[in-house]
Amino acid sequence: MGAAEIGGKFGWEAMASNLPAAALRVTVTSRLRRNVAKPASMQQAPETMAAEIARIVALHLGRRGPLLPLLHDVQAALGCIPDEAVPAIAHGLNLSRAEVHGVITFYHDFRRAPAARHVVRLCRAEACQARGGVVIEAQAARRLGVSMGETRADGQVSLEAAFCLGLCATGPNALVDGRPISRIDEAALEAIATKVEA
Amino acid sequence: MTRVFVSADMASVALGADEVAEALAKAGAEVVRTGSRGLFSVEPLVEVETDVGRIGFGPVTAADAERILAGEHPNRLGDVGALPFFARQTRLTFARCGVIDPLSLEDYVDHGGWKGLAAALALAPAEVVDRIDASGLRGRGGAGFPAGIKWRTALQSPGVEKFIVCNADEGDSGTFADRMLMEGDPFLLIEGMAIAGHAVGARKGYVYIRSEYLFAVNVIRRAVELSCDMVAPFEIEVRVGAGAYVCGEETSLLDSIEGKRGQVRAKPPLPAHAGLFGAPTVVNNVLTLAAAPFILSEGPQAYAALGHGRSRGTVAIQLAGNVKYGGLFECPFGITLGELVNDIGGGAESGRPVRAVQVGGPLGAYFPPSMFHLPFDYEALAEVDGLIGHAGVVVFDDTVDMAAMARFAMEFCAIESCGKCTPCRIGSVRGVETIDRLIAGGRAKDPVEALAQMRNAHAELRGREAEAAILRDLCETMRYGSLCALGGFTPFPVLSALTYFPQDFGLASKTAELV
Repeated sequence: MGAAEIGGKFGWEAMASNLPAAALRVTVTSRLRRNVAKPASMQQAPETMAAEIARIVALHLGRRGPLLPLLHDVQAALGCIPDEAVPAIAHGLNLSRAEVHGVITFYHDFRRAPAARHVVRLCRAEACQARGGVVIEAQAARRLGVSMGETRADGQVSLEAAFCLGLCATGPNALVDGRPISRIDEAALEAIATKVEA
Repeated sequence: MTRVFVSADMASVALGADEVAEALAKAGAEVVRTGSRGLFSVEPLVEVETDVGRIGFGPVTAADAERILAGEHPNRLGDVGALPFFARQTRLTFARCGVIDPLSLEDYVDHGGWKGLAAALALAPAEVVDRIDASGLRGRGGAGFPAGIKWRTALQSPGVEKFIVCNADEGDSGTFADRMLMEGDPFLLIEGMAIAGHAVGARKGYVYIRSEYLFAVNVIRRAVELSCDMVAPFEIEVRVGAGAYVCGEETSLLDSIEGKRGQVRAKPPLPAHAGLFGAPTVVNNVLTLAAAPFILSEGPQAYAALGHGRSRGTVAIQLAGNVKYGGLFECPFGITLGELVNDIGGGAESGRPVRAVQVGGPLGAYFPPSMFHLPFDYEALAEVDGLIGHAGVVVFDDTVDMAAMARFAMEFCAIESCGKCTPCRIGSVRGVETIDRLIAGGRAKDPVEALAQMRNAHAELRGREAEAAILRDLCETMRYGSLCALGGFTPFPVLSALTYFPQDFGLASKTAELV
């Protein structure tokens, strides 16, 4: 009995073809998928990167629980934590590559590929929603030409979700390249768009 | 040269305080950067030093610099402390916030700093714990666990090394008190940690700050450097999170400091027995530790004299969302939700009627105005399936869709779940799907259920009521089956929305809307 016959007999085929594709997917935002590697070339030559990582690992060897501060430093130095860096970090700290990979992919802040030239982190949490955040989110996506959680094809801007920046009485809020901006309205979005296109 | 005070708090800067400070400096004033006073409707706020005290102007822009210095700006507020928003507060923890230069040790001493630590060092560790116990101080992070019991447990746990960990991973939406305190009065937190260190016999402390709080990280790092001699031999190290909400849970925070994925640990063992690196550890919120200096310097009775029921002392309430006068309001426990939202907050900023408030961050319940008589008190809110959490109050006007808010609560839990326990990891995803079906009006039989051999499938279509029953069932599983508060409390916003605002889900309301 072939696979098709089994499928036919028990109706699996019918199930698979009739279920809408969306039902098979988790319908949460793309923040979950943010760590997926984007095709982007590393700026550093491999030997420079290796030296940089060795230098950072040496800085942290003396402290307890060094992995998170170390990864922050690697990301600050290289713009991301490329997969090629993982073996060196693991070796330096006497961890398995899986442990390092697990930490990098667990935390939303760590990137495995470089970010766009400008990063707009828009707050999606309740306090900003209470102040019209949902409308601003849609307008921002339209104005910047990129949907939430994505990087624009030209690499100029990423639009990312933040969940609370602690500016909750004056939302909607965003961090634009690390600079906080409150009370975002259409005019403020226009100013942000002008800034990130420059 | 005229001295002016301009906040360098992240919220003030987000509203343009840097530009204002720059313009004032250019116009010839001596600018002192402070923390924020905590009323954001008047930010950016400038206070000008005069013979009759500080005179406030706000909100202002950079273009107003000359007029402010001439004392002619129309947004003159007079003595900021006398504004009704501040006059009604009892500021113990936030007394200095917005007043002093946060990184000036001189200012800190002039305003009564280090007195609590001096008083603690004059006592034996067990006596310090007794005083914290007598003050009735409870954990301000959300759980409300008595700080004295936690400290005593750590003190009595044997161990060559012990740790104090400050939980500054303030991820709840609608809360910003930790951030404001760290930016506005960092030495107070450091003093509190040093007191805790003396009380339990810990030499080392960690402050774990979320990465979104860029300003607070810088201020605390600098303050730790400046004050290291004051707190020696106690040492403090600042750790920065990496965008995981769940690391606000104490055990996942410890794993994160240790350099692991921030996953929740099963308890027992309690962190006070085996916490960071396996050693006895006190994990307290910023505001819990920051309350210790007052208790030690003024005595536990002064603290315990304030409050309501078993909730003693003051609570730093954060009024946020769609509210006219949003900001930080510190007062004794017991104030009602109605007073907070209507009298102090001035209702919704949009001018529309208030329809709901969420108390306690993304895991807190939504309450309709009919419940505004509830007092701010751990037990009173727990009785109605709510929580104080980190004391954030987010106000929504009548345009809010409560079904969308319930869906968001589940969605947020799905995004931030650490994945360790099943009710949270899978329940939250199923919760989003169930709410989607509920909003859509139930669902038809799927192709599998329609098969002839599926004899146990429901004969009827599943309608809204049936979906709601499934949602309630799921919430019960999450509430009692999850390892930590993320999965355990996500049902609070979902069920409260379903109970108080059933019409938003297309359900018939049992009583007319409780407004």
